[in-house]
Amino acid sequence: MANKRIDQPTGTPTVGHEWDGIEELDTPLPRWWLWTFYLTIAFAVGYVIAYPAWPMIDRATEGVLGWSSRGELAEEMSAADQARATMREQLARIPIERLPEDGPLMQQAVAGGAAAFRVNCVQCHGSGAAGSQELGYPNLNDDDWLWGGDLKAIEYTLAHGIRQAGDDETRSSVMPPFAGAFDTAQLNALTDHVLAFSGKAESNPVGARIYADNCAACHGIRGEGDRAQGAPTLNDAIWLRGSSREAIKQQILDPRMGMMPKWEGRLDPVTLKMLAAYVHSLGGGEDFVEVAEDPEVAVDEQP
Amino acid sequence: MQAETALGRVGLWFLVMLAAMAAALGAADSGFAAHAWIIAALGFVMIWVSASRFDPLGKARGFFKLPDGPSRYDDDPIRWGVIATMFWGLAGLLAGVFIAAQLAFPQLNFEPYLNFGRLRPLHTSAVIFAFGGNALLATSFYVVQRTCRTQLAFPNLARFVFWGYQLFIVLAATGYLLGITQSREYAEPEWYVDLWLTIVWVAYFVVFVGTLARRKEPHIYVANWFYLAFIVTVAMLHIVNNLAMPVSLLGTKSYSAFAGVQDALTQWWYGHNAVGFFLTAGFLAMMYYFVPKQAERPVYSYRLSIIHFWSLIFLYIWAGPHHLHYTALPDWAQTLGMVFSIMLWMPSWGGMINGLMTLNGAWDKVRTDPIIRMMVMALAFYGMSTFEGPMLSIKSVNSLSHYTDWTIGHVHSGALGWNGMITFACVYFLVPRLWKRERMYSLRMINWHFWLATIGIVFYAASMWVAGIMQGLMWREYGPDGYLVWSFADSVAAMFPMYVMRAAGGLMYLGGALIMSYNIWMTLAGKQRVEAPLNDAAYDPEADRPIVNQPSAVPAE
Repeated sequence: MANKRIDQPTGTPTVGHEWDGIEELDTPLPRWWLWTFYLTIAFAVGYVIAYPAWPMIDRATEGVLGWSSRGELAEEMSAADQARATMREQLARIPIERLPEDGPLMQQAVAGGAAAFRVNCVQCHGSGAAGSQELGYPNLNDDDWLWGGDLKAIEYTLAHGIRQAGDDETRSSVMPPFAGAFDTAQLNALTDHVLAFSGKAESNPVGARIYADNCAACHGIRGEGDRAQGAPTLNDAIWLRGSSREAIKQQILDPRMGMMPKWEGRLDPVTLKMLAAYVHSLGGGEDFVEVAEDPEVAVDEQP
Repeated sequence: MQAETALGRVGLWFLVMLAAMAAALGAADSGFAAHAWIIAALGFVMIWVSASRFDPLGKARGFFKLPDGPSRYDDDPIRWGVIATMFWGLAGLLAGVFIAAQLAFPQLNFEPYLNFGRLRPLHTSAVIFAFGGNALLATSFYVVQRTCRTQLAFPNLARFVFWGYQLFIVLAATGYLLGITQSREYAEPEWYVDLWLTIVWVAYFVVFVGTLARRKEPHIYVANWFYLAFIVTVAMLHIVNNLAMPVSLLGTKSYSAFAGVQDALTQWWYGHNAVGFFLTAGFLAMMYYFVPKQAERPVYSYRLSIIHFWSLIFLYIWAGPHHLHYTALPDWAQTLGMVFSIMLWMPSWGGMINGLMTLNGAWDKVRTDPIIRMMVMALAFYGMSTFEGPMLSIKSVNSLSHYTDWTIGHVHSGALGWNGMITFACVYFLVPRLWKRERMYSLRMINWHFWLATIGIVFYAASMWVAGIMQGLMWREYGPDGYLVWSFADSVAAMFPMYVMRAAGGLMYLGGALIMSYNIWMTLAGKQRVEAPLNDAAYDPEADRPIVNQPSAVPAE
């Protein structure tokens, strides 16, 4: 059957088989191919000696280099931790009220807080910390704070969260739903009165009376809000869930209340301090003088 | 007699329809019910076909101008396979361009049926299993008959394989859009679709081995070794990876037999060898027949084909763990995945060498024959991605490249460059022969297709390299203060220009395939375009000397 012949253009003999007109040449293996193949095998042999490779009965061979992926991670993490150890120790020692006095440390805390923010906070508050009015995540760049905007208040909110189930110290407030309490005209009047605080509508006696009876206890008679209860300020231009009439009506009838998880226990106290410093640095941070009026937040005046 | 057969068929399909309707009514979830209704509708159509003279397939034969009459080989399933290859190819490429645009412009996500999460498996399955799978079915039936000088062993079973495979594709694709998935990459269809594919695949194996067994050649040609390795290994991979327990026999949901990192390892053992045995071994089989046929030259080296075949199939099966570097997978398994991937480099290149060097003595055809040009480009991309693969499997490279778009670029330089181009070349070879035409309608259109596809791949691969390396560097960049510099969303925003370029590259590739479809359609219609030849330069055989092995001293006379 073999029909060996010399192939004219290449001068190589054929093997002698033929299928549907296809023949095969008897070319030897290309040397460079074979030697590169051997080289990769030699590399593989060396590698499996050097690194963990062969599964034995209860464990694998560890390799003469003693390398492991977990070991490498631990080494790199500890190197990184050591590089930051001094700063972290200083941060752990300093009370957060004193942090602004130490410029370089504050700077480092803000940088570390920014990194932690990118990992843990951007999912809700956004990578620019601008929040989302549609979803009700607060903007952290502005001057409006539901629960206080000084370092200590921010750190407290971070540690205990807002409406966090299972934490007795969590920040908590409830706005009751008023669905069914007013008729349409009353609701319109009330909405007008609320919008009038920021000059967006005309106030009216009906709305003012309903407001005084139902809302002023928390939000204040002039809509100034109350941080002690987390009651939002109504007389400024900043609206957590929108300033349209519809948005305000919805919030009166069936209020949506956000939830922020507590980070104490999930992040270490130093990271919480750094996060507080970062959020404080975004533009709306308040110093302690203003906050001293807030009975919730006791400022430690001693150095 | 004939009436009795028809009656029997009607009865059979009636039972199928009843069973499917019962399953639809008792289904545990709406997805299973939808699939059962599809089967019931199929049963109803088949009752109609069996009972009346209505013959949709006959009408379709006329539409696609399938030649009638006996021929030396059983080519009808192959013709349908070529049509299916083109149809699913266009669908898969279109889905790909669309999801590429979704990544650049998220507004294009239309919930829930047309969001990225559902369209992405639709794209991957359509191009790998529908386009690639039909190309493999069609070419394997074509090649095995010719290289064994015989006809398909079980003609009816071969038809069942083809149509059964199309049903699998339809069930898989509709399932993705309905949100049915077992969340295993490249193996998303749920348990009942997997079972159906197993039946079809075993039938495929029987037809192929049966045809080999009745061959009239003493030896089995190398292309058939690769086809057989592909069929056997894919069967094994498919069955093991899809071992699962359904929650209900009338529901879509199932739970994997494996848990945790074992499940991940099984998945990537499957996933990597789907690349190895579906997209490499199977397509090398196509290469081993169609390249020597189109070049009209002998295969470069018989010895190389043996050595690289056995080394390829032995080494490939171990390489899967390199998809799980720096995960919970034990270090020793990661090591083995990496070293087997590196050893795989030369066995993979053996196929490229054997393909390219087959052109020795016919290199001038690269200039004159756009089909050869496509094959050469396919082999070049094959060589490039089989070098890139072992490189990406090295742990220190992988720590940068893993989870980035570099992987996507790597896959597409293989899929678009190697699998796509070699399939297009084979289809261009097959269509005139299967439809008994002298040549394709237009060679110049093939040339256009070649350049559109090539430039499209360059856009695609280059933008994904840049995107991938940029992502890898952004994710690991630490500032001088020791903290990460970028958030994940920053890296997403930085990808935008690359995503637009990638979509543009994909659009060019799709454009090439559309030109091809028109070219094929006109060829089927029996037309030949009047056009200038591609190249008028004279061929001087004296000047064409091979690179290796100087011609022997025997004079040409």
